[in-house]
Amino acid sequence: MVTINSIKRGIVIDHIKAGVGIKIFNYLGLDNADFTVALIMNAPSKKLGKKDIIKIENEIDIDFTVLGFIDPNITINIISGEEIENKVKLNLPEKIENVIKCNNPRCITSIEQEILHSFYLANKEKGQYRCIYCDEVNNPTSKS
Amino acid sequence: MLKGRHLIDPMDFTLMELDEIFDYADEIIKSPEKFSHICDGKILATLFYEPSTRTRLSFEAAMLRLGGQVLGFSEANSSSAAKGESVADTIKTVECYADIAAMRHPKEGAPKVASMHSTMPVINAGDGGHQHPTQTLTDLLTIRNIKGTLSNLTIGICGDLKFGRTVHSLIKAMSRYENIKFILISPNELTIPKYIKVEVLEKNNIEFLEVERLEEVMQDLDILYMTRVQKERFFNEEDYIRLKDSYILDKEKMEKAKKDMIVLHPLPRVNEIAVEIDTDPRACYFKQAKYGMYARMALIAKLLGVDK
Repeated sequence: MVTINSIKRGIVIDHIKAGVGIKIFNYLGLDNADFTVALIMNAPSKKLGKKDIIKIENEIDIDFTVLGFIDPNITINIISGEEIENKVKLNLPEKIENVIKCNNPRCITSIEQEILHSFYLANKEKGQYRCIYCDEVNNPTSKS
Repeated sequence: MLKGRHLIDPMDFTLMELDEIFDYADEIIKSPEKFSHICDGKILATLFYEPSTRTRLSFEAAMLRLGGQVLGFSEANSSSAAKGESVADTIKTVECYADIAAMRHPKEGAPKVASMHSTMPVINAGDGGHQHPTQTLTDLLTIRNIKGTLSNLTIGICGDLKFGRTVHSLIKAMSRYENIKFILISPNELTIPKYIKVEVLEKNNIEFLEVERLEEVMQDLDILYMTRVQKERFFNEEDYIRLKDSYILDKEKMEKAKKDMIVLHPLPRVNEIAVEIDTDPRACYFKQAKYGMYARMALIAKLLGVDK
């Protein structure tokens, strides 16, 4: 197994569903980071079978709301002095803006570029979001 | 307080607010002359990005009968949308000229976008296959006036229940009243979408029954709401031939119905209601069109805050 050193100060995003890590990596703009970052894919996990992990050796501002939308099962550990200083529990946000685009070709957002892409949480159990304009269901898996 | 509000979704108003509009519509119906000048000096903009003669005429008639005036366009080609103007820019410009707007647009959510950029009330006059709230107001006002109640009713809805937006809005709206039962009559290909069943009917414990043939349930209905089934919606010719007559209301089927059942239809009809039914006192679809105008008169007056 690949070994990655523990980090002294920064953030570990754990329990990411296998395959989703790269999306979060890109969403957070870590491909342009000038500090140490590790994306671990397909690591063995008791809970998930396989999981992705992102380790960031730096203090950065993360929009936890958006991560909650991408996958509410993700855990976030804030590391300080090589120890977990804080664990952040994610929830599905009530509202998300400009993270995904509506996939309904009949929606007004499909022809007007300047409109804010906005969604409301319609079903908490299913993690289902609906477009505020056309009410079409847009799940996190349909992220653009 | 309805003054200054928008109407985008049929569920935007509470039952009390709907009653306020219907009570006001009843007053207008009783003595229309008393209301013929309440909108003097006011202008309604009808922004129709796709043609819809009946809805537009109903809005225009409503405003004219209140003493107001009307301006607008009746298709996108004759508007600045053809030049690529956004809905937001259009509404911001139109509110310089008008006091209230009714918008019909082929794209879902366009009137909502307009309402987010407008300080004048915006009424959704139909947005693609999404919502048509003034049709719902029309349906409710018609039922309330002819049946005398919006509760304790068995409502049969017949035809294309999959794609019919008026049907979805009607089910949502009627589900808020007490002791409503739906009988949903459609071919298997065109049954009500699952989300309506789960999120509206089952969630609110509304009794409903799905059947394929209208003749089987005629005797149980207090209201029959007809919609058109288009041949191209069927998956195969065989089913179409087998079922097509089930979705055409004729004298023979009407004989099985209750004496006080009423037939409604959002219009235009093609052949789903035989013309021979028009003289039956239970055929209320043309009255419904008239109630539509009264509902829009009451709505315009309430949103403008000119009601006495």
